[in-house]
Amino acid sequence: MTAATHETPATAPAATRSPAAPSRKVRGREERSPAASIALHATLILATVIAAFPVVWILFISLGPKNAWQQPSEVLKDLSFHNYADVLAHSDLPQWFLNTVVVAGGTTVLGVFLAATAGYAVSRMKFPGSRQLMWTFLVTQMFPSIVLIVPLYLLLSELDLLDNYLGLILAYATTAVPFCAWMMKGYFDTIPKEIDEAGRVDGLTPIGTFWRLIVPLAKPGLAVTAFYSFLTAWGEVAYATQFMQSDHYTLAVGIRTFAQDQRPDWAWTSATAIIITVPAALVFMLVQRSLVSGLTAGGTKS
Amino acid sequence: MTTAASTAQTDKTARDDGSPRPARVSRLRRSWDKYWYAWAMVTPVAVVIAVLVLYPLGYGFYQSLTNANESNVAATIGAFHRPATYDFVGLDNYWHVLSGADGDFYPRLVWTVVWTVCCVALHVAIGMGLAVLLNRKMRLRGFYRAMLILPWAVPSFIGVFAWRLMLNSQFGVFNEIITAVGLPEQNWLGTPLAQKVAVIMVNVWIGVPFNMVALLGGLQSIPKELYEAAEMDGASPWQRFVNVTLPGLRPVSNTVILLGCIWTFNMFNVIYLLLGNNTTGDTDILVTFAFRKAFTGISDYAGAATYGIIILALLLAFSTFYRRNTLKSEQA
Repeated sequence: MTAATHETPATAPAATRSPAAPSRKVRGREERSPAASIALHATLILATVIAAFPVVWILFISLGPKNAWQQPSEVLKDLSFHNYADVLAHSDLPQWFLNTVVVAGGTTVLGVFLAATAGYAVSRMKFPGSRQLMWTFLVTQMFPSIVLIVPLYLLLSELDLLDNYLGLILAYATTAVPFCAWMMKGYFDTIPKEIDEAGRVDGLTPIGTFWRLIVPLAKPGLAVTAFYSFLTAWGEVAYATQFMQSDHYTLAVGIRTFAQDQRPDWAWTSATAIIITVPAALVFMLVQRSLVSGLTAGGTKS
Repeated sequence: MTTAASTAQTDKTARDDGSPRPARVSRLRRSWDKYWYAWAMVTPVAVVIAVLVLYPLGYGFYQSLTNANESNVAATIGAFHRPATYDFVGLDNYWHVLSGADGDFYPRLVWTVVWTVCCVALHVAIGMGLAVLLNRKMRLRGFYRAMLILPWAVPSFIGVFAWRLMLNSQFGVFNEIITAVGLPEQNWLGTPLAQKVAVIMVNVWIGVPFNMVALLGGLQSIPKELYEAAEMDGASPWQRFVNVTLPGLRPVSNTVILLGCIWTFNMFNVIYLLLGNNTTGDTDILVTFAFRKAFTGISDYAGAATYGIIILALLLAFSTFYRRNTLKSEQA
């Protein structure tokens, strides 16, 4: 920093000198030639096409007739929402959708509650056990789902929670809570401690301070935590595949009954895929900025 | 409930204040007075983690020391309850796996490492490239950013299905595209080598946006003065990238690489869903292999648990080692 300010007086002479000595001229950061501009946009357009193509393609196929995936050229002649109407009316998709909403909603409520209380306690107090707790959260994020899936399966079957919304919600809590707790701790760290102290002076209990002063202030952080928990539950495959039976299938499991290994029904699969994607993508776009800072902060602050 | 009890406790201790006590007890109580509400708030999460993570982990570890499988664990079939009949076998399972006697571990490990290294290297390289491009003033920047994030916004299993549709050997549009460019068409989901290329490709497609956004955040946090100083010293764009951008990105890129390695090592969805059961098993990484072990045929719970514990140990060792090295380089 000091080096930079020290150099500043040299700017003016350097700027006037550079046209005189073109051989030493170095292109600055904000200038670029027309050719470079074209190359820049061309690269980004190519990347955009690659990024968007699979999603656009599945949307395109979903709007076509039943066998559109075999003759993509037929789609434009017969654009319709036929597949959507068909799959909503003649499959269990509405039921799966409802199951997923229940499970994702439950995971969100549980995840936010657990993460917020733990994050607040760790953020405000260096109590014995706080470091171990955060360390446990960090390591838990490293667990491959396979480490827990068999013991959890047997545990849930003993508790009679297999094929049960609550069982799946609890299983998802193990994935969502550790990350959310890190994120909430980071968020609470940004709220000044003086607010807590003011609350205590005015006679609130510690829990009252948390509930009546801090929670309202932490709403943006809580929202991100909520969305993250929601998305975790919305897109999870391994636990749902093993724990749930046909009446309680979530979307991620249900769609596999269309996209079977041998004869996938791509008309229904593609329509279902779009139905699943729209809510998730909307939620995601709302929170993605905060999500990234939370993710990387969780890793660096260990 | 905890709250009420602990408030009562605080009142009582407040009244007792002043009476002489053995030092140890009073230290414990002071600690309780000071921290009870923190503990009360942590209790729910501690209970959930203990019951749903630590207990299953311990249980899994115990299972890895037995010969449990579907035919000898406790089960209730209708009204009939069958007690568990599996035996404790000590470290036999670990020996069986690590000595290479099961014939699967080392091939799977090698492929898992290749898969992780390829994916993470491509994630970071492409993510970095796009982040540098996006970190400039230009038209349509917001549009590009929103579109490039799309693969991350879509739930990963949907992305995988979209690719499965495109990669279909008979009707897939992907083969049409690459033949139009002049490349030979492939049976992408058929032969082991093509499968491996396909899963890496799909995973790179899914993973790049996170890397790009995280690195873009890192780029924007590098102070502009550093670039101005470098420019004044006559550094070329490449020199500025190597000497200012890369060191400035190190805290972010270290984290991104660590997270990327862990996630890719554990990536279940891409491999399991892209190939389904149409695979010879050559494309299975450790995680999907252990999953198949646990849930196909006669479930080998002990074997799957052994694999799980080994995977976890590998990841813990790797991240400890990695963090130690990166901390050193960050401080240097």
